Amino acid sequence: MITFLIRKLGYGLLILMGINLLTFVLFFKVNTPDDMARMQLGGKRITPEAVEKWKVERGYDKALFLEDKAQGLECLTQTLFFQTSKQLFTFSFGPSDGGRDIGREILRRAPASLMLALPSFLLGMGISILIALVLAFFRGSYLDFWGTIFCVVLMSISALFFIVAGQFLLSKVLQWLPVSGFSWGTETWRFLCLPIVISVLARIGGEVRFNRSVFLEEIDKDYVRTAKAKGLSEVQVLFSHVLRNALIPIISASVAVIPLLFMGSLLVESFFSIPGLGSYLIEAIGAQDFAIVRSMVFVGSVLYILGLILTELCYAWADPRIRLQ
Amino acid sequence: MQIEFLLIDVFLYALLVCVGAYVLYVFKTPPLKDSWSRAFKRPISVASGMVLLFFLMLALLDSIHVRPQAPSPDQPTSAASVAKNTVSPAPAQALGVEPKSILDLLLKPLADARERSYSAPLAMVGFKKETFERDGLAVRDYPRLKFGGAHLSLNSPDHVKDCWRLSVNALIKAMGVNALFAVVLLLMSFKFFNPKAKSLGQLAAHLMKGHASWPIRTALLMCFLISLILIWVIDLSAFYHVFGTDQTGKSVLLIALKSVRTALVIGTLTTLVIMPVALILGVVAGYFRGAVDEFIQYVYTLLASIPDVLLIAATVLMLQVFIDSHSGYFDSALQRSDARLFFLCLILALTSFTGLCRLVRGETLKLRELEYIQSAKAFGVSTPRILLSHIAPNLMHLVLINCVMQFSGFILSEAVLSYVGVGVDPNTASFGVMINTARDELAATPVVWWTLVTAFVFMFLLVISANLLADAVRDAFDPKTRLSLGRST
Repeated sequence: MITFLIRKLGYGLLILMGINLLTFVLFFKVNTPDDMARMQLGGKRITPEAVEKWKVERGYDKALFLEDKAQGLECLTQTLFFQTSKQLFTFSFGPSDGGRDIGREILRRAPASLMLALPSFLLGMGISILIALVLAFFRGSYLDFWGTIFCVVLMSISALFFIVAGQFLLSKVLQWLPVSGFSWGTETWRFLCLPIVISVLARIGGEVRFNRSVFLEEIDKDYVRTAKAKGLSEVQVLFSHVLRNALIPIISASVAVIPLLFMGSLLVESFFSIPGLGSYLIEAIGAQDFAIVRSMVFVGSVLYILGLILTELCYAWADPRIRLQ
Repeated sequence: MQIEFLLIDVFLYALLVCVGAYVLYVFKTPPLKDSWSRAFKRPISVASGMVLLFFLMLALLDSIHVRPQAPSPDQPTSAASVAKNTVSPAPAQALGVEPKSILDLLLKPLADARERSYSAPLAMVGFKKETFERDGLAVRDYPRLKFGGAHLSLNSPDHVKDCWRLSVNALIKAMGVNALFAVVLLLMSFKFFNPKAKSLGQLAAHLMKGHASWPIRTALLMCFLISLILIWVIDLSAFYHVFGTDQTGKSVLLIALKSVRTALVIGTLTTLVIMPVALILGVVAGYFRGAVDEFIQYVYTLLASIPDVLLIAATVLMLQVFIDSHSGYFDSALQRSDARLFFLCLILALTSFTGLCRLVRGETLKLRELEYIQSAKAFGVSTPRILLSHIAPNLMHLVLINCVMQFSGFILSEAVLSYVGVGVDPNTASFGVMINTARDELAATPVVWWTLVTAFVFMFLLVISANLLADAVRDAFDPKTRLSLGRST
């Protein structure tokens, strides 16, 4: 198991280095630091001296990959690529293009993202498994038929509609919950209630359909037929046999998402003005702040790779054949 | 009049030609013909297919751009030219700056009927109170619209009655058109298709009960519904704004109709770019294994690891800076936003092909161990031929299922991307942009609700018919469902 883990971690590191190279090329080769400086300074303030000064401030004046004027190892280490890679891999992101410290901001905003993403994820998974179980229990009946149609309908409605309509109905018309905003303390649950309800609603359609198909596939297997032939009731079969086996693919698929919960939901956070990582990213995109976007891409990739490794561990734990590969 | 070839127009029509070629190919290949017939023998797929076809027509009409003639300046009749008995030659017909599509030209009456500001659907007065003169006195009231309800008399406008009258007219017209169509269809099928029914009445009864082998009853019903809605909207649009107007007085119906093209383009173009890329990479990775496999796996894990929105946002930002600094390539604003839409589709495709690639690779790994591949190799069949004629055709059902299921997802994600700011140009009509504006309008008091409802209705119809058709296609092509003995799916 340990060698399995080490192998996966090593591969993950390799992927990270590739991502680093890719984002570097994307950010610095397609648009040179000169273009970025001109865009950030904007308008009449673009003079060659100002551009140089902006670049020096952020260390963008170094050569991209290879510095010819230096000696020996300095050739590679005095380049922009090495400096930015070192920054990213040591998680010291430095200041954003606007001047604020990125690392500190990320740490400050992560808890808010988590407070929103974790409950909606757990609640969504729980509710969708429950509903899928009910639909699988009543398979073939009208409840199943109309339930599936309702799921397709829910799936076909964009998440944006849920958010906008939900905000409008529940906050403006009925005035049950605040429209947006966030605060730590006793009022937190009131601010989180609407975003969580809407996030759950938006994902339930697809999840119930997927879970239902997994359950139905499981129910068709021979051991279920044997169990029923032996005289077990439908409920017993569902809960003691089918659920356990069907949960393996469902949970393994969901485990990959857990680290990404830190990133928060971009849409929900920005519509409800929750100061989390998602809204941080959207503000950065709007302000065209490349330093923040770069750091967030790296953080997001690290979390995704962690999720992948977790998934592989989960599968390996559930299925011994994979472990022994 | 000069046809303007925009990037996306060319692609859409090339795609149409390819689809036509594919349909001919399906007719010649019995197993494919079987599967597709199975897909379309279900009433739900015929119904959703017809709705999708309607949207497709809209998008195609909107994809032929022409530059209409600009209005020519008046011929100056100077005394000198009259005296000399000469007429200076007419100036060359100047072309307008912005290319217009066929749909634009068809909807010109709707585009010309602009109000001043907001107005509710089917309203005859504006939405906000204004101060204006009536009978010599300055009053603060809802102003009469320039176009909506302009035919109603000033003093006793029978607004509701008028709407009812027009609606009933539309219903009668629709019933008439459909009855005619149904009778023609019945006569034709009696003459050419159905030898079993002994009389016209028997054939009609047969069809009405839904016993035909193809879902003709559903097709006729959908035809009636679609034509009813079309005729109602067209009739009422001559007198009212059916879906209201936005802040600049433009009809919301017009904006929604133009957004259909954007949505469909994003769905189809992205799916079409994904198909060959994922197929080729997956097959090569699965068949050759070893270093090639590792490399391709590395590449798609790399692309999959970067969070979607981030990669798209980063690439679109870069693209925007690139377009701005190379603005010499694009002649008009329409070309610029068209190019941006095109590149957005490419970027979306590049970030989403990993799922299909993995699937194709897994299936290829299974297929290459089968005996007929072994025997092909023993016969000395060259590797490209094995890949093309033996492995690829056996994967196509997977590719097809995956692609049709992803189609609706892209339309939905475009809306999200437009909100984030990395979607289409804000000047392009799209559902995402509509929802964006609707958000601010909902927050105002009194509430402007019709933009959101219109965007919702159009987008929902498009996505749900795509989803239902995708489900039917998946059920017809998935080997697992075919083997099942009639259990519900």
